[in-house]
Amino acid sequence: MQIYLPIAEISVNAFLLLGLGGLVGILSGMFGVGGGFLMTPLLFFIGIPPAVAVATEANQIVASSFSGVLAHWRKKTVDIRMGVVLQIGGLIGAAFGVVIFNILKSLGQVDLLITLSYVTFLGIIGSLMFVESVGALRRSRKQTSQPRPVRRQRNWVHTWPLKMRFRTSGLYISVIPPILVGMAVGVLAAIMGVGGGFIMVPAMIYILGMPTKVVVGTSLFQIILVTAFTTLLHATTNHTVDMALAVLLLIGGVVGAQIGTQIGTKLKAEQLRVLLALMVLLVCGKLAADLLLQPSELYSLGTPGGHS
Amino acid sequence: MRLIVLALGLVLTVACPALAQRVVADLSQSRVSITASFSGSQILVFGAIKPEVGSVIKETYPVTDPLSVIVTVSGPLEPVKVRKKSRVAGIWVNSESVEIDSAPTLYKIAASSPLTDILSETEDLRHRISIPKAIRSVGEAGEVEDLSAFTEALVRIRMANGLYESTGYSVRLSEQALFRADIDLPSNIVEGEYTTRIFLTRNQQVVAEYARVLDVRKVGLERWIYNLAQEQALLYGLLSLAIAVASGWTASALFRWARG
Repeated sequence: MQIYLPIAEISVNAFLLLGLGGLVGILSGMFGVGGGFLMTPLLFFIGIPPAVAVATEANQIVASSFSGVLAHWRKKTVDIRMGVVLQIGGLIGAAFGVVIFNILKSLGQVDLLITLSYVTFLGIIGSLMFVESVGALRRSRKQTSQPRPVRRQRNWVHTWPLKMRFRTSGLYISVIPPILVGMAVGVLAAIMGVGGGFIMVPAMIYILGMPTKVVVGTSLFQIILVTAFTTLLHATTNHTVDMALAVLLLIGGVVGAQIGTQIGTKLKAEQLRVLLALMVLLVCGKLAADLLLQPSELYSLGTPGGHS
Repeated sequence: MRLIVLALGLVLTVACPALAQRVVADLSQSRVSITASFSGSQILVFGAIKPEVGSVIKETYPVTDPLSVIVTVSGPLEPVKVRKKSRVAGIWVNSESVEIDSAPTLYKIAASSPLTDILSETEDLRHRISIPKAIRSVGEAGEVEDLSAFTEALVRIRMANGLYESTGYSVRLSEQALFRADIDLPSNIVEGEYTTRIFLTRNQQVVAEYARVLDVRKVGLERWIYNLAQEQALLYGLLSLAIAVASGWTASALFRWARG
């Protein structure tokens, strides 16, 4: 069934969009990532103009994250206090990010910088996570009968002042590291045009030492606010949010998020991390290949003045 | 009545083909409505060739020279930026770019014979008929070495997307008097005023032309969403968010209910 999208101004298959939405929704519910880093390239691929794809994707992430966070909420795996602290950092970081983005844009080559930062971050995070989680998986297989020891990391985040108790995460740490993490992710999210879940999730696990189960719900919680803000910004400045496209994507997305949350709770934390690491590496590999291999069409079309 | 006129035109054309000619034509529809289920459209362009009223017999062309018909449909003109990738330090990056001042969003040519056989270079330049002539780029010529490579790329990409097309033998011309052409409009067209032009050529010279405007508009829900997004942007953004939150909640509630 073909449907004409009023803002994107092209006609696409409605079932294809429902399917794409569902797929990204499952990932969103499972891993706590918004899925923007996967969905946006997929939308480019089916011919949606980049500006419309980025803006509409933000709107869809609001829906699937909201759907996912409700499921986590009932399981009490959302650390609201941590989420709010990360969010404060995130907003400061996003403001910085927009400034940096505009400076880069005036210098030209902003597309290249986005792709390079994607490849670098995805590559580093993906490899580190993969090595760590495969190791953890091996250890847990060897000692299945024994109860797993609770990981209590004692690193620099525990020595800083302004300590706060994060009951849901079982942490008593300074608020400065979460704010810094939020800021760093906010900067990257603004530059790369995504929610930043795929950076936030590993940062919460490895830097803040939060338990994996809480990480997913908390990440979704803070993604909702970031992407809702982004959607409004795109809608009022560029008029590029396509409501028809968003509705089709989010119908698939919200259903997928519920299924993803179910799958997520059935998997072990280590398995979840291995899968997320593999997915991150896959996207990284694809982007790197695009940079290294000669494209079949050297030329591309765009609207003058605008970005990409 | 129309039949009589056409028949009359036919008789006159056959009888004295050296008369100055005139094109009478129409489209199967004067507007194309883009609805939610729009998946492309087909426009039938049809008409007749008539001698100009009160024209005198010219001896310039031999009687045997046949007439040819060219039909073009052009979308709204818009500037386009064409970027070229090249290899820098081992990776492929956008390096050069050219801004083309105006290029039609859609351009389709149908002709009764291959275009180069029935149209001279000068006439093409004067009336801007062929695809390369329909694209206008004046500025920035000095900035890149090879400007034509960029316009060729534009044509190549738009042809691959079904937006540009030029076909010979796609206008059916019967008895040098009646003609018809089917023009396919793909589903990825934009709104605006589309210009349909019909050229009558003889000896590669344009002897008559005719133009009609075809209105392509979004209607119904498409129109409403588009207007809201442009004119009430904040309301539209909030509405989009409300839909997102409501559907997220609905899915969550449904799944909880389904599990009991």
